[in-house]
Amino acid sequence: MRSILNCTAVELSEKIKAGEYTAVEAMEAVFERIGEKEQEYHCYITLDRESALNRAKEVQRKIEAKELTGPLAGVPVAVKDNLCTKGVLTSCASKILENFVPAYSATAVEHLEKAGAVMVGKANMDEFAMGSTTETSYYGVTRNPVNPAHVPGGSSGGSAAAVALQECFMALGSDTGGSIRQPASYCGVVGLKPTYGMVSRYGLVSYASSLDQIGPITKNVADAAYLLEAIASYDKKDSTSMPDADRDFTGALVEDVTGMRIGIPRDYFGAGLEKEVETAVLAAAEVLKDAGAVVEEFDLGMAEYAIPAYYTIATAEASSNLERFDGIKYGYRTKGCVGLHNMYKKTRSEGFGEEVKRRIMLGSFVLSSGYYDAYYLKALRTKALIRKAFDEAFSKFDLILGPVAPSTAPKLGESLADPLKMYLGDIYTISVNLAGLPGISVPCGKDGNGLPIGLQLIGDCFAEKKLIRAAYTFEKQTVAKRL
Amino acid sequence: MGYGADRESGKGGTMANVIDDATIEYVGILAKLELSDEEKEAAKKDMGRMLDYIDQLNELDTSGVEPMSHVLPVRNVFREDVVTNGDGREETLLNAPERKEDMFVVPKTFE
Repeated sequence: MRSILNCTAVELSEKIKAGEYTAVEAMEAVFERIGEKEQEYHCYITLDRESALNRAKEVQRKIEAKELTGPLAGVPVAVKDNLCTKGVLTSCASKILENFVPAYSATAVEHLEKAGAVMVGKANMDEFAMGSTTETSYYGVTRNPVNPAHVPGGSSGGSAAAVALQECFMALGSDTGGSIRQPASYCGVVGLKPTYGMVSRYGLVSYASSLDQIGPITKNVADAAYLLEAIASYDKKDSTSMPDADRDFTGALVEDVTGMRIGIPRDYFGAGLEKEVETAVLAAAEVLKDAGAVVEEFDLGMAEYAIPAYYTIATAEASSNLERFDGIKYGYRTKGCVGLHNMYKKTRSEGFGEEVKRRIMLGSFVLSSGYYDAYYLKALRTKALIRKAFDEAFSKFDLILGPVAPSTAPKLGESLADPLKMYLGDIYTISVNLAGLPGISVPCGKDGNGLPIGLQLIGDCFAEKKLIRAAYTFEKQTVAKRL
Repeated sequence: MGYGADRESGKGGTMANVIDDATIEYVGILAKLELSDEEKEAAKKDMGRMLDYIDQLNELDTSGVEPMSHVLPVRNVFREDVVTNGDGREETLLNAPERKEDMFVVPKTFE
């Protein structure tokens, strides 16, 4: 059973189709692992062994009948708990959705089912994806797979930790300001945030709709390409999904970066960046240079304005998106309350956690009459300037290379005491969401305490293939060097 | 305007944005949140500090820059007003905090 868990998602599916393993054995191995690890690490909010095994049996039958032949058939997958799953609790790690069972599945989840992937359970996260540590979950923290005294990152911390701990073979996360890339970096796995509009957001519980995007968290770059290819689509149900994007990502799994122009923004290597992270990321740039890329430093600009712009735009959108949680049609409702408005207020005050309330308050303020122009519109103008800075960069470079986060995973309990400080940790990931770009986090080393460090590659809109090609080449080169 | 973030000149380390009680009350109404006195004090501090930080954006000259809500050219998508998802009434009502037959029950709205 041990060796089955060491397979990547694509390897596992190949072995299942070849008859070496069954989808049921894969799921049983995952639950055996969960039995050993879950109590300490807590990657999941919802697990149902019996229905997972039943679905695995059904998929196995279809694989044997050659009805399912795809590259991810039979693979156990974890799904972040802000993605709607028909008939399965979808809590967004919040008390206010403690009993919400969706009547439909997210489009990305439906694509997974069609591909024959089998859901293990719903992964833990920061409440409504607001946080960078998975500590704001109402259902308890997830721990870092490398060192349980540290956080796994967030907000997709449960997804990233589950992949690293082999409590699944791959996972879906969502990324609004770094929520796929940063936990992937902290847990030592691969995380890809696609271009805005690449994956349908239908059925993703919205945090900041103009920034949210669903993406894969996997053991390696190839799995990320296959999983992204499975979930990416134009969807009539999401008016922001893009009709004619190139979605053949696995075609980019080529070990070749000859002549690829890669820019390193000097702005990303200033004060606040841990030395060990800097060293590992610059060493990664050398690997790509040795493999034939043309690597050059440049000034990107606008880096320091991304966080204030983000926390204005994201909280504004959140305050509007989260108005729907009012205790009327679904979710938690306070008990014994007189009057409709009192019921709204009490339900929301009891149902939301501290960080969610903090962001709803700030968002309500920046949208309020008298402040809308000074804060919200100012942030949207700043966003235009950030986008322009990237446009200029991508006129010279194919990709931008930098760190994912300024440090490795902090200790549990260190971040929430000072929200602003926690927000500053998003400095290298956030501008990617504001500009709608794709970004990938790939493991590139460890610090002195053995905690993983992530390399971030950023591409222009719809340049996922360049991103995947460079990340794949880097991964191949580093694996070759370790041998 | 009766509420506001009063701006004092930023002396070393002090908050430039001071959120007063009236502002927190007003934001509480907009946000439909009921905060305890303790939560209100914390919210005043948090919000003041975040606004100080966000004020960095004022260093940027954005005159003549159009506010960008979407990075890609997205347009409203129209479709015929035809039901395609069938009757999900029972599944939908299963999530109701309180129901009466095929209706959601809500607290009294009018006297």
